[in-house]
Amino acid sequence: MKNRSLVSINDYSKEEIIKILDLAEEFEKNPRQETLKGKVIASLFFEPSTRTRLSFESAVQQLSGSIIGFASADTSSVSKGESLKDTILTVSNYSDLIVMRHPVEGSARYASEVSPVPIINAGDGANQHPTQCLLDLYSIRKTQGTLDNLDITFVGDLKYGRTVHSLAIALCHFNTRFHLVSPVELKLPSAVKRHIKEAKLQYEQYTSLNEVIDASDIIYMTRIQRERFPDPLEYEKVKNVYNLNNSMLSGSKDNLRILHPLPRVNEISIDVDTNAKAYYFEQALNGVYVRQAILASILALK
Amino acid sequence: MNKKRKELIVSAINNGTVIDHIPTESVFQVIRILGLDKTKNQVYFGTNLDSKKYGLKGIIKISDTYFANEEINKIALVAPSATLIEIKDFEVVRKANVTIPDNIEKIVKCFNPNCITNKQEVPTRFSVIYDENGNLKLACHYCEKNTSKENLTFV
Ligand SMILES: [Zn+2]
Repeated sequence: MKNRSLVSINDYSKEEIIKILDLAEEFEKNPRQETLKGKVIASLFFEPSTRTRLSFESAVQQLSGSIIGFASADTSSVSKGESLKDTILTVSNYSDLIVMRHPVEGSARYASEVSPVPIINAGDGANQHPTQCLLDLYSIRKTQGTLDNLDITFVGDLKYGRTVHSLAIALCHFNTRFHLVSPVELKLPSAVKRHIKEAKLQYEQYTSLNEVIDASDIIYMTRIQRERFPDPLEYEKVKNVYNLNNSMLSGSKDNLRILHPLPRVNEISIDVDTNAKAYYFEQALNGVYVRQAILASILALK
Repeated sequence: MNKKRKELIVSAINNGTVIDHIPTESVFQVIRILGLDKTKNQVYFGTNLDSKKYGLKGIIKISDTYFANEEINKIALVAPSATLIEIKDFEVVRKANVTIPDNIEKIVKCFNPNCITNKQEVPTRFSVIYDENGNLKLACHYCEKNTSKENLTFV
């Protein structure tokens, strides 16, 4: 992984994924180290994402690295029409690694091709968000003790939800049984199902959430995002179809944990928050350790 | 139509390449893909010609020009049935079919309007894949979306 960009979860083999998760476990035990001392990390957020940006910045600062960059495109030279290539080449003069988030799909792959320093993709439009995927895997392994042979239920927008696509593809390494709950209009795209079929794994599709809760080890809830819909009417029809509340969990397995990439709107009721099976806030904290592991392994410091 | 008259429709060449059995509607695309609109050599073409096998076909003849395989294979997306005949001193020296390459660069647009290749000056790159029904698709190297044959547009 040394000096290699992380653009898409498909860039990592199963072994590399496990290596990152193992390293993240070490950082969780000891998150404040001087691993990145003397290193400058550029954090280029061409679109705002406070949650992801703070997670990265916290990861860097706890490891004594320094951060330069911008939090949105309108305060940077990008607003003056600078091309992505020029921005990347300029910033690479001042940094050892670039974390970037950009609203255009494929921008991170392109940046990784023109940049002399490694790129970590912190989200490129509706395409990829590999660090989210790795923190999801970390959260699953941490709560279940394993990634293998689990019943994992995805709920909500399976069509446009990039976190779902990346995670589903990554889970194909681990003999997962997939339960896919979505409105008919928002089913998992065939390009993602192809990976499941190629791995010869089981999947079932549902429109109702109730029938699958009790069989699940993980329920991965997602927000139905207005901005991903080309047609606003399509969004209005489906925006409130799923709502997970505490009473629905009464027959669920003890080891069930509920994940959500956050922010949530109303797909999980607040009465679930106090249930021990709610894991979405700890999941976000795991993001810091996983990002520390990714930074350290790309910069070959661990 | 006898054989002699048929040959007269598109002039014979003594040296160069004949691309035959092009779907008639793809002739102009083939010309563009191979850059024949910019060549200094003589180019003859015909469209809506009768073909026993295909109904209507197109043909292109280019003087003093021979194509590398990877170059000619670019036309396979629009003219998979095309055949290639190379001529030297009026003799046919090579016949070949086109084959669809594994990778397609620059000639096709990504159908995703939010792809970096449609937003900034980035040349397109695709790998050729087939879905479970055997339909050809182009997987974008950048945005990772698949462009299907119906959505193909050429740069
Ligand atoms: Zn694309």
